[in-house]
Amino acid sequence: MTVISYREAMRQALREALSRDERVFLMGEDVGKYGGTYAVSKGLLEEFGPERIRDAPLSELGFVGAGIGAALGGMRPIVEVMTVNFSLLALDQIVNSAALMRHMSGGQFSVPLVIRMATGAGRQVAAQHSHSLEGWYAHIPGIRVLAPATVEDARGMLWPALEDPDPVVIFEHVQLYNLEGECAGAPRVDIASAAVRRAGADVSLITYGGSLPKTVEAAQQLAAHGIDAEVIDLRVLRPLDTEVIVESVRKTRRAVVVDEGWRTGSLAAEVMAGIMENAFYDLDAPVARVCSEEVPIPYAKHLEDAALPQAEKIVAAARAICGKS
Amino acid sequence: MIEFKLPSLGADMDKGKFLEWRVKPGDHVKRGDIVAVVDTSKAAVDVEIWNEGTVYELIAEPGVTMRVGSVMATLLAPGETPEAAEAEKRTRPAPVAVPVQAESVPVTAVAAPVVPGERRRVSPVARRRAAELGVDAETVAGTGPHGAVTLEDVERAAAAATTAPAVPAAQLDKQAEMRRAIAAAMSRSKREIPHYYLSERVPLQNATLWLQAENARRGLTERVLMAALFLKSVALACEKYPDMNGLYRDGKFEPGAAVHVGVAISLRQGGLIAPAIHDVQKKSLTQLMQDLTDLVKRARAGSLRSSEMSDPTITVTNLGDQGVESVFGVIYPPQVALVGFGRVAEQACVVEGGLRIIPAVTASLAADHRVSDGHRGALFVAEIHRLLQQPESL
Repeated sequence: MTVISYREAMRQALREALSRDERVFLMGEDVGKYGGTYAVSKGLLEEFGPERIRDAPLSELGFVGAGIGAALGGMRPIVEVMTVNFSLLALDQIVNSAALMRHMSGGQFSVPLVIRMATGAGRQVAAQHSHSLEGWYAHIPGIRVLAPATVEDARGMLWPALEDPDPVVIFEHVQLYNLEGECAGAPRVDIASAAVRRAGADVSLITYGGSLPKTVEAAQQLAAHGIDAEVIDLRVLRPLDTEVIVESVRKTRRAVVVDEGWRTGSLAAEVMAGIMENAFYDLDAPVARVCSEEVPIPYAKHLEDAALPQAEKIVAAARAICGKS
Repeated sequence: MIEFKLPSLGADMDKGKFLEWRVKPGDHVKRGDIVAVVDTSKAAVDVEIWNEGTVYELIAEPGVTMRVGSVMATLLAPGETPEAAEAEKRTRPAPVAVPVQAESVPVTAVAAPVVPGERRRVSPVARRRAAELGVDAETVAGTGPHGAVTLEDVERAAAAATTAPAVPAAQLDKQAEMRRAIAAAMSRSKREIPHYYLSERVPLQNATLWLQAENARRGLTERVLMAALFLKSVALACEKYPDMNGLYRDGKFEPGAAVHVGVAISLRQGGLIAPAIHDVQKKSLTQLMQDLTDLVKRARAGSLRSSEMSDPTITVTNLGDQGVESVFGVIYPPQVALVGFGRVAEQACVVEGGLRIIPAVTASLAADHRVSDGHRGALFVAEIHRLLQQPESL
């Protein structure tokens, strides 16, 4: 087995896509000469040339719109947006155009576009680059939202996303790029289901994206307290795989949802609602959640750490609902 | 805004299981209307309301056991708007916890303190499992967050109870619960009330003849029994000697405004209940007889009204049917007197200087010495004696 980084896995996925299908091209700010803000596309310009690795001007609205146009015209564009914060400039294109096109055209047009964007905090890049707005996109019908949290998913999700005839948004958490894991060749993964990352009997810890490593760490700490935690990785934020969530909660009877988004109106709230609707009579304790504090993510390291979900907070929440705090 | 709280339906009641609502938000209610059904340790009771208003919010949920004094619903006072009620709710502090009397001993130890007026924390899965296993989740010790009862707690309790006999758990609980309630009330009575006892043989020659003549001209359904005469004579005697009729509370006696006679009724499944017939002093014998028949029937069917449970100001027990000559009762607190009647039987009595065989009964009085003395008690019993010699005046 080969150990590679999440960043390398994403680059391999891009390379595979560009090689397999000549309609695929990558477009975004600094993806070419600079090699990508997080160095994901380093070397691809040299390998595939400026026609297919295209540096875009500083206008998210413009280049996401161009991506939609290219997709309508038969291409398979991959558009990279530097961070989810900046993607708000392109919300009109994503929500009002890409997500609606199939509906508004009565099924005549589809938009086979993939939008990749970095998300999340933890690198001290301050509030305008650190927010976690996956939940906003997960609210929109017409798009599929992915959150690869493992090296394998980073390597395997891009190709099925390109095969989807409708827009797919992929969130890459900035804390994950240096994550290393075993990955050989091109793993076949789906873009429809949640995954059990650790089996357990006492409490379900449900999370996604950048919070997965923290949650797995929390599960290990909980084992020392005699609590056997199951870890669910949502993987797909829209449409949510409620079945896996409910099956897990029916088994463990307790759940903590971990979400880097702000608590109010969070994706965590949606997951909790799904549990209430489907597994209320199986619950042995109120469902808990660990989310970001309701502040702009601070720059200072200790404040940033305090604002985000951390393993200790997850452990405390799980112990509380297990009656072992 | 008016708060409708779970009333105490007798001195032995400290909690009740709410069964169902008989009203819904928006209904107009007035004094005496039945609004809810509550299961006490003794019977399912139709609870009446004592305020006039419009039902605003129903708070109690069916199946939940509540402490006496818990707010069950809120009402809008006549003329009050929902907006005003909401505003009042916001300014009002959280419901005041009702202290649990120290003398009520819980059957099972509960780990977490049950906050009066608050629903016991039982997890959804524990509640479901408890129903399946026939375990009363309210009595299970909870180990979950905030002392909540968890699935594991219920299953542990069920495992511990496997030695229970074959009698259905619910029925057994009910009987045990009633026994407990009677034990608590009677222990309190004997602990707190200095009883004194008097008895008197009361000739019933006149009453018997009068009843025979009266019943001969009445239809079968309108016939009157001696029991009705007893009740009426006690009530009229109470009017003359009010220190037998009322409640002893907080160190002082409160005379009853009317005579609500509690009638001791034994239940077929065991146990005893003594609901009131209201305003006995004002009622005709025909009316009393109807009320008595109705009360016995409803007591045994388990559908009494809350006022019947909480209002008695004196109790009458009639053990004559069982064939005993006399009965010396235990006062039902906070009442201050209990009148007992034994068997009505032919006895040798001296009447007007001669020995005659006539029907007679032994009437007895158990009274509270804190409120009255033997002398008053004797006058009271003598008055009952006197009244029963003039049945036509009852």
